[in-house]
Order: sequence, then structure tokens, then C-alpha cells
Amino acid sequence: MKLLYFAWVRERIGAGEEQVDPPEAVRTVADLAEWLRGRSAGHDEALADLTKLRAAVDQRFVPLDTPLGAAKEVALFPPVTGG
Amino acid sequence: MIRVSVDHAPIDIGTELAGVEETGAGAVASFTGIVRGDDGVTCLELEHYPGMTESALCDLAEQALARWSLLSAVIVHRVGPMTPGDRVVFIATAASHRQAALEACAYLIDRLKTDAPFWKREQRGEAASWVDARPGDHQAAARWTAQSAPD
Repeated sequence: MKLLYFAWVRERIGAGEEQVDPPEAVRTVADLAEWLRGRSAGHDEALADLTKLRAAVDQRFVPLDTPLGAAKEVALFPPVTGG
Repeated sequence: MIRVSVDHAPIDIGTELAGVEETGAGAVASFTGIVRGDDGVTCLELEHYPGMTESALCDLAEQALARWSLLSAVIVHRVGPMTPGDRVVFIATAASHRQAALEACAYLIDRLKTDAPFWKREQRGEAASWVDARPGDHQAAARWTAQSAPD
């Protein structure tokens, strides 16, 4: 699974993307964020507060309780601020 | 006609508007968002999600075309570093009459604020900070889903 990070999530993790193979117990986007916190202090800091995170699965915005299913690309980022 | 562009280059409003006017519309509405420098911002940097951004903007334009009788919808968003006075975003809509053009233009900028993956980072001298989302933006976007479509 390809992961993408944007804005301060990217800065705190220290990378814009990475490949991961989460265990089967990781079922939703929120589960994924929780599991990723164990990867580094930066991940832990970036992903600690789910209320500040938004997500996209295969380039569609989704709620964090969305099942990952056969997702190929998951992005985690703060609320958007374009325009 | 839908035109969506996400680019580092400055936005040329004249060229964009000329393209919209060529559709033969009786009414063209547009919105331009400009970098403000009134609170000490020296640089504004726009990050986005390449690939998803373009498809999200196309989706918004398609929704506008489905909701109003439009001849054209154009969304141009600049990314990368900008300075106060630079254009960040330009939206134009063309229709036979003004109401559809004006409403669709407002719809597109309201929805773009909450439904397209862009992130702003402000620089004030040496200090940089990511811009927080404004609750008012969600209220502005929500008013379009609270209403039923005119058709």
C-alpha cells in the first residue's frame, strides 16, 4: 500500500510517501493511522490526534472510519485550505 | 466546456476570460482569489495532491454543469510559492443568463475551499505556519447542499 502525506503531516513524519504492508487487524483508515504511530516519533506526533486528520483513499476524500478494503493509495493530511 | 488547471505559473486572467467568452455565452461570471499581505504575510506557499487535485476540480466543475445550464466552467489554481498581490485561484463560469453564471461561480469557489486537496503555508519573515481551516468555509460549502437544485 502506498501512503502519501501532505502539509504538516508530511513535515512531522519527515517524508512525503512510503510503502507499507499493514497487518490484517488494520481495517480502517483510523486503524492505519494508529498503527503507523509506532513507526517513528515523527509518525507518532503527526498522527496522534485523529480529529486534526483528514484522509483520501485512492484519491477520494473519505471519513476516517472507512474500511481500507483493497486500497492501493492512502493519503493522510490536515483539513484542506485552498482557494 | 470544462477547463481545469493546476500550475506554478502566474494566472493570466485575460487569456482565461477570452477563452470563456468565446463559448458564445450571454453572461460570464468570475472570481479571483489574491494573496493578502495585510497581516504581515511575506510569502504564501500552496501544496497540493497531484492527480487527486485535478480530478477533484473536474468533479466540482461537472457538478456545477449538472446543476446549472452552463456553457463553460473554468478553474485555475496556482501552486508553489507566491507573494502578496499574486492570484491564487481563478474561476469563471459562462451561461446564457447571469443568474446561472453568478450562482455557479459562487458554488465553485465555496466548494473548492472544502473539497479540493490544497494546503496553504504562510511565511512572515522567518516564521512559517500552516494555515488552519476556517469553520466558515464549511458553512459556505454546506449551504449548497442544504438547497435543492433549481431544476
